[in-house]
Amino acid sequence: MSENEKEGSMILEVNDLHASVEDTPILRGLNLNVKPGEVHAIMGPNGSGKSTFANVIAGHEDYAVDSGSVLYNGIDLLDLSPEERACEGIFLAFQYPVSIPGISNAYFLRSALNAVRRYREESEVDAVDFLQLVRSKMALVGMDEKLLQRSVNDGFSGGEKKRNEILQMAVLDPKLAILDETDSGLDIDALRIVAEGVNALRGGDRSFIVVTHYQRLLDYIVPDHVHVLSQGQIVRSGDKTLAHELEREGYSWLDSGDKPKKSEADQKVQEAS
Amino acid sequence: MSEAEELQKLADKEYEFGFVTDVEADSIPPGLDEDTIREIVKRKGEPDWLLEFRLKAFRHWQTMEDPAWAKVKKNTVNYQDLIYYSAPKPKKQLDSLDEVDPELLETFEKLGISLEEQKRLSNVAVDAVFDSVSVATTFSDKLAELGIIFGSFSDAVKEHPDLIKKYLGSVVPYTDNFYSALNAAVFSDGSFCYIPKGVACPMELSTYFRINAAGTGQFERTLIVADEKSTVSYLEGCTAPMRDENQLHAAVVELVALEDATIKYSTVQNWYPGDADGVGGIYNFVTKRGLCKGDRSKISWTQVETGSAITWKYPSCILQGDDSIGEFYSVALTNNHQQADTGTKMVHLGKRTRSTIISKGISAGQGQNTYRGLVDVKKNAEDARNFSQCDSMLLGDRCGAHTFPYVEVRNPSAKVEHEATTSKIGEDQIFYCNQRGISTEDAISMIVNGFCKEVFSELPMEFAVEAQKLLAVSLEGSVG
Ligand SMILES: Nc1ncnc2c1ncn2[C@@H]1O[C@H](COP(=O)(O)OP(=O)(O)O)[C@@H](O)[C@H]1O
Ligand SMILES: [Mg+2]
Repeated sequence: MSENEKEGSMILEVNDLHASVEDTPILRGLNLNVKPGEVHAIMGPNGSGKSTFANVIAGHEDYAVDSGSVLYNGIDLLDLSPEERACEGIFLAFQYPVSIPGISNAYFLRSALNAVRRYREESEVDAVDFLQLVRSKMALVGMDEKLLQRSVNDGFSGGEKKRNEILQMAVLDPKLAILDETDSGLDIDALRIVAEGVNALRGGDRSFIVVTHYQRLLDYIVPDHVHVLSQGQIVRSGDKTLAHELEREGYSWLDSGDKPKKSEADQKVQEAS
Repeated sequence: MSEAEELQKLADKEYEFGFVTDVEADSIPPGLDEDTIREIVKRKGEPDWLLEFRLKAFRHWQTMEDPAWAKVKKNTVNYQDLIYYSAPKPKKQLDSLDEVDPELLETFEKLGISLEEQKRLSNVAVDAVFDSVSVATTFSDKLAELGIIFGSFSDAVKEHPDLIKKYLGSVVPYTDNFYSALNAAVFSDGSFCYIPKGVACPMELSTYFRINAAGTGQFERTLIVADEKSTVSYLEGCTAPMRDENQLHAAVVELVALEDATIKYSTVQNWYPGDADGVGGIYNFVTKRGLCKGDRSKISWTQVETGSAITWKYPSCILQGDDSIGEFYSVALTNNHQQADTGTKMVHLGKRTRSTIISKGISAGQGQNTYRGLVDVKKNAEDARNFSQCDSMLLGDRCGAHTFPYVEVRNPSAKVEHEATTSKIGEDQIFYCNQRGISTEDAISMIVNGFCKEVFSELPMEFAVEAQKLLAVSLEGSVG
């Protein structure tokens, strides 16, 4: 395969990415390649930079990119504003979804959908068509329709907020979805429902980056690749069995600098080329 | 475009209505003494009783001092430097709109106020006040068929002296405060409206105020009387050119609602706010008060205040009739160096009187926004009720919001509830919207409109849309 063809087949290519928050370096040379249709899991201890990575991809201005590059479908992602990235098909399900009092969930979501559609030069959806669309998607994530008229995430329980994120994802139809700790704060039933919602959206060319601290979610959303993030770098990559291994061994080996006993699942950490 | 560039672009957007109309003005020289007042009366051809009213007010005003209690910083107004009367020339009796100076019609066109009736989309009668005088009133004939009087205050003085004599100063006496005294002495024009018994006014009545001439104070006087079982909805709008001096606008508005009458009074105030550094802008010091005189009468104030360098106003209700209702819905927005000190007084005199206060203050830039309100339940007001809600929203951290809810209760059966919140449009909220594809500008306008929803829903439909747009324009350049 030629170098060009290989590039063309990636939805996301992160090369030697360095990023900092308030002048503190957090990401220190992160490399990651995601192909269309793949599900990647990023695991790692608290503070390893998982959310930072998600925010950098989404374009949060508090996170400064110091060096490295990010290509999205071959274009320079770092050149785009957060809303352009969203309209280009990048979706971030937040670890801590923000509430917006005074704006109904339905109104917010329709505004978002129409903003994305305008960008794509598609016609806007009216209230009736929207309601039809959103209802079908709500069924997918097992969400109570009453939540449509409530203010965005305002007074929502942890589980309701996470479902709302997945609902938004389902409506906005992204090409690359990043789920940041979508499992945290969910009980096992809610977790299953959310995971089923995500699985229903899998398929085709849609790619996912599932960020999680725990292996549990990955029993439901089975990843193609698993990466371990530590101190701002991906230190190991493997297939889904790597997640189980981490579950057994924990993350303490990262501090000691020793890797756990090499397993079958281990693959070569991808080097930046 | 980066966020910084976006913000710059927004910040550079100027006040839309800042142009000056080139009309020859017939003004009297600056300065204020009894001769000034006599001159105004002469030019307007007013009767002696009005001259007496004005002179009494003027003499009282001279004993008063410029108040300093509101939470605002202002430049001293030199009352001797102001022009108290300025009328676009020629001022002759107009029989139809065709005779209105095309420059003036064009001015109001530019402001989005078409005075040509056939061009108006909405069912609204307009009285257009340019500097000191009313230049045109639309639909007065149609209204007259119902016995509704709507037109300039000056005309009403001539045509309906009994009504004016009976009600002028009956709700806001000239002794009330410094500005009401000044207004009573020098007021030049405004609107008068009378709705006869049992008539529901079939269209919105609206006055549009425009300050044009430099160095001119605008002192308009509005009086609305709703007779028994009548209803009326009235809207006022305002703009002024951009000038680097502070221009004074000291209006008095009096409303009287008799038995079972309802008056709904809405204001969209967009006077020139001054530039981004706080230079220039209108001083908007206004006394507005409604008297619920009859039983079961109702007065409802809705205001959207986005303009002016300084706004002081407290549209109030005196709930005299039993079972009468007073309402105050307010959105006040301050950006850059604007200051607003606004709120209401609800004075409960009658039995089972009820009042509702919903105030939304939005501060951006270095804007200062104060809610000041009084709920005053008097001794005989059995079973009075009040509900007040004062919410403040801050954009950025250089602005301020202040709330002073005063409550005086002299009847133990009263129920008074007060709720207050302060929130901030967080960068995290904006980023959340951005991440869903919504631009920063749209996100802010969506969040602010959501915040103001309860007030906007009180405005007549077409003005609610206008108010939303106005808010968006006024907020441009406010984030960063
Ligand atoms: N907005 C922020 N301001 C200051 N420090 C931050 C911010 N976001 C993240 N950090 C710091 O960056 C490091 C990585 O955080 P984060 O990316 O949230 O890790 P994870 O999601 O893996 O738990 C932590 O040390 C955290 O304190
Ligand atoms: Mg995190």
